[in-house]
Amino acid sequence: MKKTLFDKVWDSHVVHKIENGPDVLFIDRHMVHEVTSPVAFLGIKNRDIPVMYPERTFATADHNTPTINQHLPVKDPLSANQLKALEENSKAYGISYWGLGHEKNGIVHVVGPEYGITQPGATIVCGDSHTSTHGAFGAIAFGIGTSEVEMVLATQCIMQQKAKSMRINVNGKLNKGVTPKDVALYIISQLTTSGATGYFVEYAGDVFTNMSMEGRMTVCNLSIEMGARGGMIAPDEKTFEYITGREFTPVGADWDKAMEYWKTLKTDEGAEFDKEVTFDASAIEPMITYGTNPGMGIGICNGIPSAEAVEGGVSTYKKSLQYMDFNEGDNMIGKPIDFVFLGSCTNGRIEDFRAFASIIKGRKKADNVTAWLVPGSHKVEAAIKEEGILDVLHEAGFELREPGCSACLAMNDDKVPAGKYAVSTSNRNFEGRQGPGSRTLLASPLVAAAAAVTGKVTDPRELMQELV
Amino acid sequence: MAYYAKHICNNNMAYDKFNILTSTAVPLPIENVDTDQIIPARFLKATERKGFGDNLFRDWRYNSDDSPKEDFVLNNPTYSGKILVGGKNFGSGSSREHAAWAVYDYGFRCVVSSFFADIFKNNCLNIGVLPVQVSAPFLEKIFAAIEADPKTELEINLPEQTITLSTTGESESFDINDYKKQNMLNGFDDIDYLLNIQENIREFAKDTPL
Repeated sequence: MKKTLFDKVWDSHVVHKIENGPDVLFIDRHMVHEVTSPVAFLGIKNRDIPVMYPERTFATADHNTPTINQHLPVKDPLSANQLKALEENSKAYGISYWGLGHEKNGIVHVVGPEYGITQPGATIVCGDSHTSTHGAFGAIAFGIGTSEVEMVLATQCIMQQKAKSMRINVNGKLNKGVTPKDVALYIISQLTTSGATGYFVEYAGDVFTNMSMEGRMTVCNLSIEMGARGGMIAPDEKTFEYITGREFTPVGADWDKAMEYWKTLKTDEGAEFDKEVTFDASAIEPMITYGTNPGMGIGICNGIPSAEAVEGGVSTYKKSLQYMDFNEGDNMIGKPIDFVFLGSCTNGRIEDFRAFASIIKGRKKADNVTAWLVPGSHKVEAAIKEEGILDVLHEAGFELREPGCSACLAMNDDKVPAGKYAVSTSNRNFEGRQGPGSRTLLASPLVAAAAAVTGKVTDPRELMQELV
Repeated sequence: MAYYAKHICNNNMAYDKFNILTSTAVPLPIENVDTDQIIPARFLKATERKGFGDNLFRDWRYNSDDSPKEDFVLNNPTYSGKILVGGKNFGSGSSREHAAWAVYDYGFRCVVSSFFADIFKNNCLNIGVLPVQVSAPFLEKIFAAIEADPKTELEINLPEQTITLSTTGESESFDINDYKKQNMLNGFDDIDYLLNIQENIREFAKDTPL
């Protein structure tokens, strides 16, 4: 039978099938962070059972961590308590822990690939919906709830029904100023925030083939924002090159054996998907969101659609615009903004900082803008320094912060105040996501940079120059 | 069904059995209610599963000075009950199980919508909140019935997999897989099942390199 990439990886990890019920799926690698794991650890403690395979779980602290003065004790007692719980649980159960101050610390979905934990054909879960990021390597990777974190700790398995399959093809040449983030925001705007619910997505077509691994991670990261269980891209030479020589990547005979498997990881010709959609790359412009879910995005030069023109309830749509204090028909270009956030598991990688620097080089940060530039990991931070990007940032009046999830979900002190607008490279523009009452405009690092130097929503193509 | 006989019940989070629930319902006719609204991230800092109901819909429910927002449905004494009825695409966004915990801890045992986000739905099923997906027209009927009479009751019959409006007797069936249905009826969770097949898992893991 002809199989999709998703079928191949899923089927090879099914330990047991339950009739008219879920599959018992074996999990190769499990990542945990401080927010969604403590109750899971408490669960196994109360049941008095061990972690079945501690070497398959990796812990990092990211959601709660401050992005300045990480060498000092964490001020917020609740955050400090959660970080301490993760450290103690990791120690008690023999799990590797990359806590605050550790050289490998960073956002869970940034450090996983950086250290080769993320591999093609693997099943990877984490109590975080953006676990879909790891699908960029041809892994089945998705977010789970805390009950499932407990299941993985206890038995290295979860129980889920296999999702339906969807292939999203994007072919053609991308326009100037269009980044992987724009491709993803475009797809979500076309499919809506629930358009892929129930499906596991494979991204295919030359746009993704030509995309860097960082770009593929950005796209797969955002799969959940259209409701998909996860998203994946078939591994190719670029993938194999990326993972070569990383700490947890196999070597020698193990590498050869792995490669045999990895090379089979593509959808068979003629395999059928439950749903298939195709987009033309040339239709995609630099994107920006104007509402309170990631599906509410438009080409940056367009006006905000009227309620009648969009799918879904009119009252929900109007409530959303009211929250943003925008009107139907408004142009996004020229709207004043207050904050810029560059970072997150979506756009906190070195390529994102390169893109941001390419726009701000030789310019100055706008006075009305507070900018938080937060690398996804210490490794990204080091690259920013090595490549001279830090100097470019400093010359333009920007500061670099320390790694973490930061203003993406504002669990730490990086909160956008009520009523203020933030152009953010993160993944969610939900009400209050970046702080109670905050208003988020999701966009690419290029759009964020253009906003940071002009103080308003600006088409980055007007400012584009050679990459630094 | 042998595994049910071996059920290990030492989980302090095990939930009550769900069979037939008849209750008034709280209407929330908004689409795309995301889990950041159900429980904002700043309330996810606990290390135990306690008190999340207090912060259910925090920013829709309270002003910044912690005074209740009078126009929000949870602050309206006209509406109460163990069933929450939400608009399409309920529970989208973050995987935080805290959202399901908050719904449960507040006192809801069932959420009705015409469409659920995947992770939220799974999380609900894993902790004993029954997600009931109905057709869009039936959802409209439920909202209309509650608006006309807030004392309208809904009967959720899990064994029969039906949801019925008490006022008109109109009914619809809903889907749930047999395994999860048995779990809900008996108050079991997945770990109990998985622990019983540990040997199969260990055998499987032997051939699965790290």
